Amino acid sequence: MMMSKDNAFLSVRDLVVEYTAEGQVIHAVNGVSFDLERGKTFGLVGETGSGKTTIPKAILRILPDPPAKIRGGEIYLDGVDLLKLSAKEMRKIRGRKISMIFQDPMTALNPIMKIGLQVAEVIKMHNDITWREANKRAVRMLETVGIPADRFGEYPHQFSGGMGQRVVIAIALACSPELLIADEPTSALDVTIQAQVLEMIAKLKKEFNTSMVMISHNLGVVAEQCDDLAVVYAGEIVELGSKEAVFDRPTHPYTKGLLGAVPTLDEERERLNRIPGMPPDPSDLPAGCHFNPRCPIATERCGYEKIDLREIEAGHFCRCINVSGPEE
Amino acid sequence: MVNTVTAEGKPVKTKRQSEFGIVARRLAKNSSAVIGFGLALILVLMAIFAPLIAPYAYDQQDLLNSRAAPSGEHLFGTDELGRDVFSRIVWGSRFSLSIGFLAVLFSSSVGMLLGAIAGFFGKVVDDIIMRLMDVIQSIPGILLAIAISVVLGPGIFNTLLALGFGGITMACRLTRAAVLRVRNEEYLEAAISINASTARIILRHVLPNSFAPVLVSATMMIGGIIMAAAMLSFIGLGVQPPTPEWGSMIAGGRSLIRTCPWMVTFPGIFIMLTVLAFNMFGDGLRDALDPKLKK
Amino acid sequence: MPALVEVKNLKKYFETPRGMLHAVDDVSFSIAQGKTMGIVGESGCGKSTLGRVIIHLLESTGGSIYFEGEDVTEVNSRQLRKQRECMKIIFQDPYSSLNPRMTVEQTIMEPLIISGRYAKQERLEETERLISMVGLDQRFRRSYPHELSGGQRQRVGVARALALHPKFIVCDEPVSSLDISVQAQILNLLQDLQAQHGLTYMFITHDLSVARHVANDICVMYIGQLVETSPSRELFLHPLHPYTQALVSAVPSIDIHRKKERIILKGEITSPVHPKPGCRFARRCKYECKPCHEPQRLEEVLPNHFVACCRVREINSL
Repeated sequence: MMMSKDNAFLSVRDLVVEYTAEGQVIHAVNGVSFDLERGKTFGLVGETGSGKTTIPKAILRILPDPPAKIRGGEIYLDGVDLLKLSAKEMRKIRGRKISMIFQDPMTALNPIMKIGLQVAEVIKMHNDITWREANKRAVRMLETVGIPADRFGEYPHQFSGGMGQRVVIAIALACSPELLIADEPTSALDVTIQAQVLEMIAKLKKEFNTSMVMISHNLGVVAEQCDDLAVVYAGEIVELGSKEAVFDRPTHPYTKGLLGAVPTLDEERERLNRIPGMPPDPSDLPAGCHFNPRCPIATERCGYEKIDLREIEAGHFCRCINVSGPEE
Repeated sequence: MVNTVTAEGKPVKTKRQSEFGIVARRLAKNSSAVIGFGLALILVLMAIFAPLIAPYAYDQQDLLNSRAAPSGEHLFGTDELGRDVFSRIVWGSRFSLSIGFLAVLFSSSVGMLLGAIAGFFGKVVDDIIMRLMDVIQSIPGILLAIAISVVLGPGIFNTLLALGFGGITMACRLTRAAVLRVRNEEYLEAAISINASTARIILRHVLPNSFAPVLVSATMMIGGIIMAAAMLSFIGLGVQPPTPEWGSMIAGGRSLIRTCPWMVTFPGIFIMLTVLAFNMFGDGLRDALDPKLKK
Repeated sequence: MPALVEVKNLKKYFETPRGMLHAVDDVSFSIAQGKTMGIVGESGCGKSTLGRVIIHLLESTGGSIYFEGEDVTEVNSRQLRKQRECMKIIFQDPYSSLNPRMTVEQTIMEPLIISGRYAKQERLEETERLISMVGLDQRFRRSYPHELSGGQRQRVGVARALALHPKFIVCDEPVSSLDISVQAQILNLLQDLQAQHGLTYMFITHDLSVARHVANDICVMYIGQLVETSPSRELFLHPLHPYTQALVSAVPSIDIHRKKERIILKGEITSPVHPKPGCRFARRCKYECKPCHEPQRLEEVLPNHFVACCRVREINSL
């Protein structure tokens, strides 16, 4: 999983992001590292305040500055450190090489612009072609996501949630990006619509051979869509590995807690596993392991030692000093 | 921020903050709001301690010394009857500021009540009240104040009514808009589900959550009201001499503006400072109240 | 088991500028005392409206509601007050269901004050008891909602609903806005309270996994219509209605080795305004045929398992 930065398509190394609000410093991301192979999907799972949304925005460099500041780390895309590029160079990359899908289509789309034009606009921005040609390609893109050509001139409010999200996807994929970042792409959608949209994303990903980073709090979605994943807690990755490794052999107490806390259709659970307490305040993180106040196996060392990610089996990492190896 | 763990987990730390405290802190960081507040405070203190600050009584005439330029004895000079302009300004702050506050209080309370009723009950009641507001608003503010003042006659109380009447529409619309928003909040449904009476719902749940925009507009209206009071006095309505209301002082000194400019300039400066102070504070208040703390 | 709550042919329509909106159309079911009825469905199915009509937050347009055997569809204001004490609601959004200007103590005490049956000291004691009943620390008594987390606010909402010892609580998506770890806490809390106080729940949710976990019986709704109802385990073992089958197959699973055949529905969820007669799912259903456009009846196809589909037997080879 952690390859050398030359092999991976996307390689994030020791990313640190802080927010300053009203004099307080919020440690949103505290040293996150992971790799993504070309054509694969990488999942980032976490709850509110884990920093999972800040990470992709840092990759795209769309964090508002102020209050956010990238304090450290490197982000290599195809060997180039994105954090060292100029604003102009970054603009060339956004939409072309990397694209992002957001959670709520109704706020991601411009409400006073025809949807067809929103797709065409992206195409025109990154290609030296006429508007006529851009419109033609936009129509083709919309049809690929299942929106008939005669809806080109409609406005976002005329679309339902699921159709709106398809438009967002069309815009994101219009320039055949190599990396797609999907931030909770289906959380605002109904279950059957979610199934439709996820299926379409998977199909398009294969067709365009796009690599994807998917952020979600829904473990089921991650289990189905991702090849590898990382569990994020308080701005750090606490467990990292392939989906088989993490779902079949969860090691970190937080990961195990999450998996036990989710009701599932597959088995009946008398009582859900509880993780006591609440997600921590990112402006006032507990010392040592950030999870220790809520951890069932915490020891004294956990309260002050800085814990690193350890490889517990090939390609499977865990940030905990109290687990030796994965249990079945 | 609160960072605690519930009864089952291990407690970490609690830092309590009331909403008022948060707003006050935000205001303190806004420099123009602080300046506005400070200025307003000085003016209010001047009004309260007028007897101690003013060297002379406001109607103390000294005909031998009339129309005197500013000097050591008379800081802002004297007017045509020998009255000390500085003392009249200091005493005048009582009248001008209380007119400002009271008129705004009147228009805000009446406006809020009407706005809450209109927004909460909707339909016919809403239509009637809003059309009434439209009628009132269709008459330009100062003309309305003049008309009411003429009808009611002179005197402080009547001037208050005349000045405050036009402001009712603003308070009413702002409250109505806030109430329409609050009406969709689930805590209103919750109140119904626990058998709360309509009166209780309006007084305990709707109004407390709708007054913030009115508060902001009220602070900024104070300046406008004081200006309007000055205008009324200027044309001979409203407050009558010898009451040292700033506007009437300007009116009185109008004919002597070339020879005794101090009679007009100083009251004018103080009107300007008052309007500035409340506007700056009101602006800051709007910003401080604006992103309400929603995690 | 005697039914605590029963609805028969319940209807709720809204007049909108675009036409009559059939939010709840001819729904019938009963909930036994001490049990949990899960109401599942996607947007526009009418489940939230259903909950509000049953506890008289909204007036029904047709049909009847029975509580403890008595017809409570039309009640005068005195009976309404009494009804409202027995039936409470817990809301979805912990951020908008609490008055931001009232402390925890004031919010929980309000129903006690309104009932007029508690003296001041009794109110304080009862509030203290309710606060600890929902697992909230007493030191939050004077806190305002914005100082609490989503899970804590939701606990306050539960405490408020429990004041005055209700028998029946409508839980309208109570955990949908919460983080996973907090969801589990609140679901466990609700289960514990039910066991301790013999409460009856109507649990509204779009999340099938949650419904499976909490409900004894489940009603599946689609655009105002009740399409299938059965005991919970039975529903997931044998989903019979084509919509239920699609719904169940659409739920993403954390069991990565489960080979799932996913039914992908075509089309969009249509609007409940001025609907055409017959089954509202027909347009998206792969088994659609002419009889689908006649009004469908809820039939007992398997023991205690009711389905409203004219082709249910042939689809499932029964």
